[in-house]
Amino acid sequence: MKIFFPEDKDKLRLIKAGDVVEFYGTIYTARDAAHQRLQEMLDKKSELPVDFSSSFIYYAGPTPTKPGKVIGSIGPTTSSRMDSYAKMMKELNVIGTIGKGPRDEFCSSFYKDNHILYFVTTGGCGALLSKAVVEAEEIAFLDLGPESIKRLKVEGFKMICAIDYMGNDIFGGK
Amino acid sequence: MKIILEEQIVNEVSRLCIEACTYINKDVLAKLNTHYENEQGLSKTIIGQIIENDNLAKEENIPMCQDTGICVVFVELGNEVYIKGDLNRAINEGVSKGYTEGYLRKSVVRSPLRRINTNNNTPAIIHIETTLGDNLKITVCPKGAGSENMSQVKMLTPAQGRKGIIDFILKVVKEAGGRACPPLIVGVGIGGNIEKCAEIAKKALLRDLNDVSEDEDARLLEEELLTKINELNIGPMGLGGKPTALSVKVNLFPCHIASLPVCVNLQCHASRHKEVIL
Repeated sequence: MKIFFPEDKDKLRLIKAGDVVEFYGTIYTARDAAHQRLQEMLDKKSELPVDFSSSFIYYAGPTPTKPGKVIGSIGPTTSSRMDSYAKMMKELNVIGTIGKGPRDEFCSSFYKDNHILYFVTTGGCGALLSKAVVEAEEIAFLDLGPESIKRLKVEGFKMICAIDYMGNDIFGGK
Repeated sequence: MKIILEEQIVNEVSRLCIEACTYINKDVLAKLNTHYENEQGLSKTIIGQIIENDNLAKEENIPMCQDTGICVVFVELGNEVYIKGDLNRAINEGVSKGYTEGYLRKSVVRSPLRRINTNNNTPAIIHIETTLGDNLKITVCPKGAGSENMSQVKMLTPAQGRKGIIDFILKVVKEAGGRACPPLIVGVGIGGNIEKCAEIAKKALLRDLNDVSEDEDARLLEEELLTKINELNIGPMGLGGKPTALSVKVNLFPCHIASLPVCVNLQCHASRHKEVIL
C-alpha cells in the first residue's frame, strides 16, 4: 500500500505487521551517536536542534553524496543497538522508527504500549533505497559525519511494517 | 628480486576498495538467483530486492551497501619481493585514497572510547604472511559491522567435540536472527587458539562459495551445518524462509590437547573481497 505522510496519518493505525508499504514523505536519519547526543541534551534539558514530533526516524548513515546525486547509498543499520532509546522516542513524540532486524522484548512492548510503529527496510540494499530519496539536507550534528541528522524527502520508499499500531511484532518479540 | 613501489600498492589497494564495495562477486549473485527461484512471499520479495540492488550498484557505479566497512587486508608477501617503502603505510594510504575518491563511507573511529571519526577509514586491519616466490598478493575485504557485531568466539572443551561445535554455531546464527542481514555466509574457524580461530574464520569468508573443503571432516561439517542453519526458518532479513545462509565455510587448524576454540564470523550477503597479485 502507498502512504503519503502526513496526509495519510490516520491510515497508519490500519497498517498490519508484514504489510509492504511505499512511503511518500519526510523522514529523519539518526543512528548510534546522534541518539546518544540527543539523550544527553534531553538529560541536560538543552534545546534540541530538530523537532521530531509526529515524524519518523530512520536508523541510517549514508555513504558520501557523489557530485550530481541527491544522496549516497542509504540502507538501514541494525535497530537493536537503538533499543535502549525506546523511551526517548516517546519523549520526542516520534511516530515510528525504521531500521532492520528485531527489537528486544522491552523495546517491542514499549512500542506496543505507546503505539510507536516500527518498519524494516532491506539491509544491504543501500543503492536501491537511495533511489527513493528525492531531497536530502544535513540539519544537525554535522561533526558526526555519516552519523549526522539528515532530513530526507522520500517517494516510494519501500518498507515492511514490523511492529504495527496494535503491537503485533513480525519478529514475535525475539 | 621483484621491486614494487609504495605508490603501486597505494593505487591497487584504492582500486580494490572501490571495486569490492561496488561489484558483487558472481558466486554470491548466482546463489541469490537460485534462492529467488525457489522462495515465496516476503522471502522472495527481499531476495529480489537484494538482486536488484546489486545490479543497480554495478550499473550506476555506487556502493551496494552504505556500510562500506572497516577494511581488512590480507597480504601474502613473497621472499623475492622488495618493497621500496613501507607496506603498512602504503596499504593505509590506499584505503584512505579509495574511501575518499570512491565516495565510500568512513566508518572508523580513532579511539573506541572517545569515538572520533578518523575521516579516511584508516587504520585498516592488516594481516601479513610471508611466502616463497616473487609475488605480492593483496586481498581487500571491507567488512560491515552488522554481521561482524553478531560474530562470536567460544573456547569449547575437547569433550564437547563435534556436537558442541554444531550447537554453538546454531546458537550464534539464532541469536543473530535478522540483525546480521541474512542470507549469510557463515565463516567458521576451529582450532588454533583464541586469535587463530578468529583469523581462520575470517579467511573462510574469502573462499569461493562453490569451493568445497579438501578436509573431509570440514566438508561434512559444512554440509551438515548448511542444512541445519537453513532449517531454522530465520530467512532473509529474519522474516522467515529457507535461505538463512548461502554457504558455510569451515577452516581447521591444529590446537592444544586441552582446547577446542571455535569462532563463528558472520558475513552478510554483501560479501565483499577483491584481490590482486603484483
